[in-house]
Amino acid sequence: MESAGLSLLTTVLFLPLLGALVLLFLREEQAEHIKWTAFGFSLATFFGTLLLWLAFDSSAGGLQMVQRVDWLPQYGISYYVGVDGLSLLLVVLTGFIMPLAILSSFRSQIFEERGRIRLYFLFMLLLEWAMIGVFVAQDLFLFYIFWEVTLVPMYFLIGIWGAEERIYAAVKFFLYTMAGSILMLLAILFLGSRGGSFALPELIAMVESGALELPFTGLLGGGSVQSFLFLGFFIAFAIKVPIWPLHSWLPDAHVQAPTAGSVILAGVLLKMGTYGLVRFNLPLFPEASVAWAPAIAVLAVIGILYGAWVSYAQTDVKKLVAYSSVSHLGFVVLGIFALNAQGIEGGLLQMVNHGISTGGLFLLVGMLYERRHTKALDAFGGIWKVMPFFGAAGLVVVLSSMGLPGLNGFVGEFTILLGSMGSEVLGFFFTMFAALGIILAAIYMLYMFQKVFMGDVDKEENRNLPRLHWQEIAVLVPILLVILLIGLQPGPFFDTMTATVDNLVADVGEFIPRAEETVAALPQRDNPVLAVGAQGAR
Amino acid sequence: MTDIPVLADLNLAWTWPVVGLGLGATLLLVVDLFIPRERKRQTAWLALAILLVSFLLNLAAFTETDSAFFGMFVVDPFSAFLNLIALTTAFISILLSVDYLQRSGMQRGEFYALILFTTAGVMLMGHANDLVVVFVSLELLSIPLYILAAFRYPDVKSSESGMKYLVLGAFASAFFVFGAALIYGATGSTSLPHIFEVVARGFTAGGAPELLLLVGTGLVLVGLGFKVAVVPFHMWTPDVYEGAPTPVTAFMSVGAKVGGFAALLRILVFALPVLSTGAVEASAWQQVVSLIAAATLILGNVVAIAQQNVKRLLAYSSIAHAGYIMMALAAAGHAGFGEQATRAALVYMLAYMFTNLGAFAVAIAIEKGDGSGSDLEAFVGLGRSRPLLAGIMAVFMLSLTGIPLTAGFIGKWLIFQVTIEAGLVPLAILGVLTSVVSAYYYIGIIVRMFLRDGEGDPAAGGTGLLNGAVYLTFAGTLLPGIFPFLMIDLTRVVSTTLVGG
Repeated sequence: MESAGLSLLTTVLFLPLLGALVLLFLREEQAEHIKWTAFGFSLATFFGTLLLWLAFDSSAGGLQMVQRVDWLPQYGISYYVGVDGLSLLLVVLTGFIMPLAILSSFRSQIFEERGRIRLYFLFMLLLEWAMIGVFVAQDLFLFYIFWEVTLVPMYFLIGIWGAEERIYAAVKFFLYTMAGSILMLLAILFLGSRGGSFALPELIAMVESGALELPFTGLLGGGSVQSFLFLGFFIAFAIKVPIWPLHSWLPDAHVQAPTAGSVILAGVLLKMGTYGLVRFNLPLFPEASVAWAPAIAVLAVIGILYGAWVSYAQTDVKKLVAYSSVSHLGFVVLGIFALNAQGIEGGLLQMVNHGISTGGLFLLVGMLYERRHTKALDAFGGIWKVMPFFGAAGLVVVLSSMGLPGLNGFVGEFTILLGSMGSEVLGFFFTMFAALGIILAAIYMLYMFQKVFMGDVDKEENRNLPRLHWQEIAVLVPILLVILLIGLQPGPFFDTMTATVDNLVADVGEFIPRAEETVAALPQRDNPVLAVGAQGAR
Repeated sequence: MTDIPVLADLNLAWTWPVVGLGLGATLLLVVDLFIPRERKRQTAWLALAILLVSFLLNLAAFTETDSAFFGMFVVDPFSAFLNLIALTTAFISILLSVDYLQRSGMQRGEFYALILFTTAGVMLMGHANDLVVVFVSLELLSIPLYILAAFRYPDVKSSESGMKYLVLGAFASAFFVFGAALIYGATGSTSLPHIFEVVARGFTAGGAPELLLLVGTGLVLVGLGFKVAVVPFHMWTPDVYEGAPTPVTAFMSVGAKVGGFAALLRILVFALPVLSTGAVEASAWQQVVSLIAAATLILGNVVAIAQQNVKRLLAYSSIAHAGYIMMALAAAGHAGFGEQATRAALVYMLAYMFTNLGAFAVAIAIEKGDGSGSDLEAFVGLGRSRPLLAGIMAVFMLSLTGIPLTAGFIGKWLIFQVTIEAGLVPLAILGVLTSVVSAYYYIGIIVRMFLRDGEGDPAAGGTGLLNGAVYLTFAGTLLPGIFPFLMIDLTRVVSTTLVGG
């Protein structure tokens, strides 16, 4: 288990960092070299993550491909990485999104205005390194380092290459996120000093065996240590997700960020928050998770409805997509705090789905912006006629985002709703209001699609928009393929997480108050959505 | 009858790093007379050489524990570690000064000798094992700094700076002496180990009057609190820092603080850990120190936001950082946490030294010869005109904020950890929240350098020595952030010896 050599996981993790170092040796003038080097390293990382998936044994529940090397032994801190069913898909997602984000920036006009091509791709690769690190770190201290390090490149990406209000957005993003995460640091330090180790699996084992006592005496109040630690982590993650009402940094950051920045933000960075909830909050603080679940689910449902409602009111395409993220991630949070296997699996899959669909939407918006230099809904109309492939791709992504059966979004949302319906802590009302969100999503998404793509070409400027460059097609095609793949064949995706999620649910489930007889009659964990999802497609 | 002491009893060998530095400085004053005006650079080289010798002597005795001057002067890893910080601070400050003095027409040899004298004072603070020695070293530290602050004579701001520092510093010294006298009155000794014994025996048995001791401790805290610039004894800091020549400010912001904290740690953690008013677990001074820390964190960080001048900004930021070290001191007041807290404070000081000196080095690099150009607006466009310098400055700012992979994070981590373990959770929460506040103004500098459009002035500054200082501090900021054991292991032996007594 403990090896100091170069494992596959460590190689994948440090490949982007290596790429960033290589970029340091290129000169600013070698723009083409810089671009292709960055792309090459991100592509190699993607293949690495695919290898990880191939090597992954989905029947085993625990951590795999573990590597652990002492770092600061006197404090119980180690370089400790590994993947399991919770993190593997997100690592692959990161590997998938990054080459697309990098490729999509190749022809961007931001470099004509702001230059600094080398720095841009350097930050992209640093960001990839830190994001993969967040998903594979199994030591709380290491996790915090990666978590905080993601902040810096993203801050610069927004701040240097963003739109007009970029400075405001970048500073807001930085301060908001830091305010949350630094409270998490205190919680981490508290756990580490109580447990004598920062290794997550060890801490979880201690919590389960009772060796590490974290008394829970109520939601809030004097002795409820567990509840306060739970909140320390939760606030950090809630800001990142973002869960309503902590979302106000998101529209600014999304709208001001350059296209690739928005893609990464929506595609991967937000998932760090929801991932953290599953990875840390549920297993470390099971009692508090159960107790807080209804309250958090209320916030999630508010987020679903609020995000959808506000999306509909937007006149700026990018802002519309940004607010739709608040709504979509509300589903993920709802699934997680259903605290059953279906909910959590649906949540995990929906993280991937949202990354791909919303990432795709931001790419599409970016392509329009490069051509028209505006993001106002009114400026477009009839784009499908001018750019046929672009229109078709837009339709698929929009349908995927609103959850049409046969595409990926449906599978995730449906599983989440099943989970929340069958949940012992949530139930009918949560599910009902959340389902309303799906209808609202259809409204604002189709409204947007209609405004931009349908109708006659009534604006003179839109008449001669250049068709898609081959690089732009190369960015969109993989996204369309994955949307169809997950929609039609969700099985392998669920398989990777089943064993891990079962373990997790069993641990947390102990703390759900229930009568003796219902325990025997707990719903079996067949996943009906696999059948339903496939049927819907036929 | 006691024997008449002979020279050998003084045990002088251990004192060489300090005494040698003092002698070297005196010699330098004489030698400087024979160095012609236009070649004063040579004085700087000599000063650097003297520092290097002292550094090596100190390294040779790093793990030794002994005393000299009949126990008034103690040599242990704690003092050796602080010597490292003090000597490095002086070394870097001189690197910063050479071109700066040339540029602003102040190239005079006394400058370097004065830096050496005040460094000797800082080092002596770490060695002091007796309140009298603390007082002597406090003066040795302060008086050269009064002169250095006013070195840009006849510039009005600089004179104001020196004058303010002198008058308020004299007050602070008076407080310290009075406090020391009261402690002597209460315990019958000025020797720190002896005070420890008397207090440990309990007030009733030895009959030491408690009130006297408490008041004395409070006054000592005031005197040293002034030196390290914690609220409410911080008022002088922004004006003095702004008016003083920038390399002097750089030295003051690190050297004087390190000296002050050395004495605070020795007196509070070593001599008075069991000073207690009934509660067994915490020292009587813990609450006061906690309150000071809290007030310092809030005021330093909040007021820094409003600053428009980089020197004033760094002044308030240095107040805030003193607040973090005070957090560690407060944790040390909890029984059993003395060693861990001392260690956190030492690591923090080391990290702060590199980072803060680095920030000042960059500030000097963009400052103009007449002392102008230290407005924050001067940073606009630096990312374009001098990308490397701006990038390094960005790392310093992130380190001062406490972002991981920098030394500043390691320091903050250790301090937060010990504060939590010692049960001061509200203080720890305040500490992290004020860190977020501090992010605003540190990030503000990055915003100006990289995010705002504008062309910087690539002409100013940037010579070999200054660049050397920038790279040195950059390495000192980044390397320990990535390999934390570099700093942490260094302090392992250090803190045990302090509390072991």
